[in-house]
Amino acid sequence: MSASTAANAVTGVNDGFVLVAKRDCQTCELVQPVVRELVGGPRTIAVYSQDDPTFPEGVAGVRDDRALEVSFRLAIETVPTLIRMEGGREIERVVGWQRDEWRALTGVNSLGEGLPEWRPGCGSKSVEPGIIDELEIKYGDVAFQSRRIEIDPHEDEIEAMYSRGWSDGLPLVPPTRLRVHRMLKGTNRKPSEVLGLLPPDLQPMHGVLATTMFCTPIVIVNGPVARAIGMNARGNALGQGNRANATIGRAVQLCVRNVGGGRPQGVDRSTLGTPGKYTFCFAEDEEHSFWEPLSVERGFAAGVSTVTVFAGDAVHGIVDQQSRTPESLSRTFALSLRGVNHWKLAQGADAILVVCPEHERTFKAAGWTKARLRQELDGLLQLPAEEVVRGAGGIAEGVPAAALGDRKTIPKFRKDGLLIVRAGGDAGMFSAMIAGWGASGAIGSTPVTHAIRD
Amino acid sequence: MELLDPTSEISPARRTRKAPPDKIAGLTVGLLDISKPRGNIFLDRIEQRLGEKGVAVKRYKKPTFTRPAPNDLAQKIASEVDLVIEGLAD
Repeated sequence: MSASTAANAVTGVNDGFVLVAKRDCQTCELVQPVVRELVGGPRTIAVYSQDDPTFPEGVAGVRDDRALEVSFRLAIETVPTLIRMEGGREIERVVGWQRDEWRALTGVNSLGEGLPEWRPGCGSKSVEPGIIDELEIKYGDVAFQSRRIEIDPHEDEIEAMYSRGWSDGLPLVPPTRLRVHRMLKGTNRKPSEVLGLLPPDLQPMHGVLATTMFCTPIVIVNGPVARAIGMNARGNALGQGNRANATIGRAVQLCVRNVGGGRPQGVDRSTLGTPGKYTFCFAEDEEHSFWEPLSVERGFAAGVSTVTVFAGDAVHGIVDQQSRTPESLSRTFALSLRGVNHWKLAQGADAILVVCPEHERTFKAAGWTKARLRQELDGLLQLPAEEVVRGAGGIAEGVPAAALGDRKTIPKFRKDGLLIVRAGGDAGMFSAMIAGWGASGAIGSTPVTHAIRD
Repeated sequence: MELLDPTSEISPARRTRKAPPDKIAGLTVGLLDISKPRGNIFLDRIEQRLGEKGVAVKRYKKPTFTRPAPNDLAQKIASEVDLVIEGLAD
């Protein structure tokens, strides 16, 4: 039902005029004599006031629209608005004061004699910031599918959410209809669109969640969307303090908890977990990097926004303040990356190498692309079989002899198992590695990248 | 206030009570006297009955029934026993 066809149902005026005005508007005040003239004339006119039913002055039967229902249903954006109705339908409307148009619309050729020819109108109260969202819920038939939970007026809503087990331990934003509606207006997607299915037993991510290891979904964002939503890819990119980074990662976790039912000591069997299970999301710093972004490496065109999800653990720093050649720095990286999970384990976990700007500078100066660095790391991360085999070095843990066969070396990472991204602040020769879940590839988890739709 | 349920909605909308234990043997039971008259008589009898079943009992007392238990008492009870029985009315 569009606003124009609904106008007669809302106002009861089939033939005549509808006027919407407010006292807090100089143009509405200006046209008061005109309104009095029209009300005194032969045609039906319904006059609505948005803020004061005694306005316009000297007009009997002003209708009270302080609840703004009529203004909302008539899609009033400016006051005064004068609408002409015929046969129950809106024929035309004039906004603000435009003497010629008011005369043409009403057919009263002497209307507004002595008034200026034109004055702009004022904003309708129904479209003031914030109010429109409330009116859409109140009168706009916004459909909510979620069950409604009544909270006692004397109960603190944050405490109520804790007691229902919805929280990850930190306070939550109470999901009122208004907040959910406003959130959904922030996307071009329809509120009813299903983004994906998350069954109660969390089958698609059962391993990542149910594992006794540390891992958590880590979200890496590439492309223009990262800037558009204000993500942090620079100083403290892996830390706290940025709304987009923090809330995206946390939203993932809260879906796992509340939609999927994944809770610690329940489906989540992690022995120790990791702080990243509160939230772990960051963007690659593409703007200041000379390297190909992760998304391009993974097959997407430059300029396409993507999200990459990786099952990984905590951030482990790689400190190297002395290397000034790519050869030396790549050896530092390789030596550190060898420590993923265990110095004597190979092929189990993937890893993310987060290269900081001051380290990237060294590679840039020598013309090393990401691909070149990866190629060098692949070579440096060929682990000697005699060092990693179970029992070697007096350590029982290690690669089983049967898995080594007669190979002299074994690659630390499976093919495509090392992701390289650039992020971080300008100062500091501190890169980082993020170990992946101990079960990577076909036996466990594989990083996935998808394009982000608007 | 009304909230939209952010869960999969497979549990009841009303918050459910914590499930009672299957059996009481082997548990430690707290007996909380809220300082209502004759509450001690009721709880003495409960303690006697639980003792006959070999159930460990710890006794607690609120300073007054007119206000919630002080935090230190609530935390002491929570850390020492598996379940609580209290006498609510005189």
